[in-house]
Amino acid sequence: MNTKEIAGKIEGKILSGTGEEQATNVYVGDLLSDVMGHAGDECVLVTIQNHLNTIAVCTLVGCQVVVLCHNRPAPPDMIEGAAREEVAIISTAMSQYEVALALSSLPPSPRK
Amino acid sequence: MCGEYTPVILQGQHTNDDEIMAKTPLDEKALGGDSSEIIMELLQRFKVRDVMKRQVISIPRNATLRDAQAILRDNHISGLPVSEGGRLYGIVSVNDIIKGLDGGWMEDSCEDHMSKNLVVLEAGMPLAFALRYFNNYTYGRFPVLDSNRKLVGIVSQRDVMRALLYELSVEIRKLERKSSPKAQAAAEQEAKENFFRKEWAVVHNDLSRAGHAANAIKGILRERKIDRTIMRRVAVAAYELEINICIHSHGGVLVLLIADNSIHITAKDRGPGIEDVEWACKDGTSTANDWIRSMGFGAGMGLSNSKRVSDKFEIASEVGKYTIVQCIFDLPKAEQPAPEGAAQ
Repeated sequence: MNTKEIAGKIEGKILSGTGEEQATNVYVGDLLSDVMGHAGDECVLVTIQNHLNTIAVCTLVGCQVVVLCHNRPAPPDMIEGAAREEVAIISTAMSQYEVALALSSLPPSPRK
Repeated sequence: MCGEYTPVILQGQHTNDDEIMAKTPLDEKALGGDSSEIIMELLQRFKVRDVMKRQVISIPRNATLRDAQAILRDNHISGLPVSEGGRLYGIVSVNDIIKGLDGGWMEDSCEDHMSKNLVVLEAGMPLAFALRYFNNYTYGRFPVLDSNRKLVGIVSQRDVMRALLYELSVEIRKLERKSSPKAQAAAEQEAKENFFRKEWAVVHNDLSRAGHAANAIKGILRERKIDRTIMRRVAVAAYELEINICIHSHGGVLVLLIADNSIHITAKDRGPGIEDVEWACKDGTSTANDWIRSMGFGAGMGLSNSKRVSDKFEIASEVGKYTIVQCIFDLPKAEQPAPEGAAQ
């Protein structure tokens, strides 16, 4: 599924990216260490952590799409970092659980 | 008593916490002598308490706006904390005085017209946080509270700049005195040896740059075509250790070493050390503070995550001095980087 399709399913707004970034699984988490430990390669990361470190974690785990819940804004440095690292950011009014339900056609990140 | 009110002058006490840190000399070697790193280090090493004015002029709640106006005028200041017994209730600003003059309520008590929605700084916050506050809010100064929420100082943008400029000039002079031939010789020596080694300075509390070393390490491994799974394991350990230095230590370095058949990630810091290493390595244990946790760090999984992904994990620490963590990753035969110039 690509960024555009994901944004469509969660009534989200694309804040960064081409719309073509690919995701094959989903991980939900706000603790970055937890994301580091469990998020899968090519996952959509569903989180409320709207700062640059989230992008750093994404690049390390191979995640290309971040969904920020509850309409949390992405600060400028996060958007710049995302553009540099080619990570898409989508903002949505939905909660993490609502996003998870809306993206239920994608499997969860594989357990490690 | 109109106009006769004597301002309360609060003389803040020096506290000891973090002062050791402020006195820790900059480690130029760890910093690699880069001046932007030095500015970042200063912004993190210095705390609000190091630059704030400890002499705070304040006024009690029942004083009138007219009293406040006299104090503001006599002391050439634009904001006056309303405080009693160290407890901060509000701030009367020039704006509140103008409104009072306009509306004719100058004889009302400060309590009725002061700004109660206060943005305050904590004495232990790094200067980088203070600068962010000055950027995010339009206030010219912030009251400073200690960990018991007691008013201990006030800080203006000017206080921050003055302290920074002074410290910068000291550090730059030190750097200039440092001769570069020595550093060059060390680099040449390293190039001769049969391994790749690089280190990155990690600055205390600089979360805005946390992850840059881990990212650079991942880039180097990618260039060397290290297996994706191993690359990710190394990146996870590097990131966790980098964050650990950043949020728990007084600063340090992250070192990448690629030897014949293994990759080593070593994190060295300048203290404060870990009292109970076994406890610290357990999942879910952390000493991180609230503002670190609010950014998604401090889950207490850093050391256990690093341990889980490494083939060999070692940790040594001495309270008050240092912590060294080393993660070693074995490279399968096919993964060993070919020696330079070797035939296929």
